[in-house]
Amino acid sequence: MNTTVKLAWYGIIAAARSRWILGYTAFFFLATEGLMRFGGDSGRTVVSLLNIVLLLIPLVSIVIGTMTVYNNRDFTELLLSQPIQRGSLFVGQFLGLALPLVAAFLLGVGLPLLARAGDGEANIGLILMLLGSGTALTLIFTAFALLIANVVEDRAFGLGAALLLWLMTAALYDGIMLAVIWAFRDYPLEIPVLAMSIANPIDLARILVMLKFDVAALMGYTGAVFEKFFGTALGITLAASALVFWLCLPFWSGKVVFDKKDF
Amino acid sequence: MIELRNITKRFGALTVLNGINLRFDAGSITAVLGPNGSGKTTLMKAILGLVRPDKGEVLFAGENVVGTSEYRKSLGYMAQIARFQDNLTAREMIAMMRDLRGNPAYSREQELCECFGLTTHLSKPLRTLSGGTRQKVNAVLTFMFSPTVLLLDESTAGLDPIAAAAFKDLVLQERAEGKTILLTSHILSEVQELADTVVFLLDGNIHFEGGTAELLASTGEATLERAIAQLLQKSLYSKEQTI
Repeated sequence: MNTTVKLAWYGIIAAARSRWILGYTAFFFLATEGLMRFGGDSGRTVVSLLNIVLLLIPLVSIVIGTMTVYNNRDFTELLLSQPIQRGSLFVGQFLGLALPLVAAFLLGVGLPLLARAGDGEANIGLILMLLGSGTALTLIFTAFALLIANVVEDRAFGLGAALLLWLMTAALYDGIMLAVIWAFRDYPLEIPVLAMSIANPIDLARILVMLKFDVAALMGYTGAVFEKFFGTALGITLAASALVFWLCLPFWSGKVVFDKKDF
Repeated sequence: MIELRNITKRFGALTVLNGINLRFDAGSITAVLGPNGSGKTTLMKAILGLVRPDKGEVLFAGENVVGTSEYRKSLGYMAQIARFQDNLTAREMIAMMRDLRGNPAYSREQELCECFGLTTHLSKPLRTLSGGTRQKVNAVLTFMFSPTVLLLDESTAGLDPIAAAAFKDLVLQERAEGKTILLTSHILSEVQELADTVVFLLDGNIHFEGGTAELLASTGEATLERAIAQLLQKSLYSKEQTI
């Protein structure tokens, strides 16, 4: 086993013993079970769950990620005093943080949804798209957490920056989008709106699921523009590619910062 | 064994290490002394690669090791505060470090755990251990692979008198085995007991480098504590004069 895998494994062991990861898994499980029991078919459940996923996963990933990096700072020094390359440690820490969060989401949401997938009306593609989007958001916001915590030395400022990023992407973004659309309503807005939707990983994840659901009325303006411009298949490919870019950007930047950082 | 050549490190406008040239030989204990913020810990971290020097070279066995990691197989570092992955037990922490070093055939963990009275604490999660007990775990991790270079940063600060005595015996034993030992401490009686050579740092510059006997003779003081106080006063006075 190489050093990165070992470091990730010890991170996973430590996370698995934490109460917050159990609570996170239980919350998703109960929310999914509740929506399945009272909401009806898997399509409706996925759409209802989508809002929870889009808000909660980025928030939990970025807050838990940032706090863990700050709490483990002295431990990181101890690890760096061992014969371990900085790159291996960064990747190991990222995986050790992100994989337990991904596992908690897949167990909490995926298990109850897929357990009823054989019922007949279940839309497996839609369920997998939700699980894929949630996984992508977890990885992206954990990478942002590592970047922020390694750039900002002060814990309070770092946590503030993390929360601000979440607030911008999860809440303020919609308001800014509406304001832009309203202010420039007399102009053709498709291209600027497409650019703005690509600038927000949370909106990209929403568009991905909505394109798969194929219900234009639920897509919102950005989703509708995406489908109109690219169609379903190309729209999904583009949105997924943009999400990969959003993972690579903070991950690579974080690794560069970590490589040069003084501890 | 370890040589620093023109090591310079600045944090913003503050020069923490200013062209430091030092050599630490095998079979000797060097104490780096100085007030808080004088650059002692940064010096150790520059050797470890935790701090990247702006200028200069860290030579280990004759090779510049700045930016590399493999040489740390031969290093043992004990920081002043022991912080670990708190959800792991002490035993798991020790196993983790052994695993990360590729499970070397030679490991002294059992002997060291007995030496520091840790055997009854090994199954407990690290978060439940007291600061002193965690520091004992830290000591085990530092010495267990028999590194040829030991970097001990105010290591005895959290240890009880029995553990501190065991720790000092261990350090002297390591010196007798030819290890290169670098330590910082504010407990000057401890430095007098252990160190062969003293380096006095102030504002990132070396103000004295030599044997403990030489320091006592040059200052005309009977104890290291008074000799260091005199050095500090002289340095501060000359600083005031230049201002």
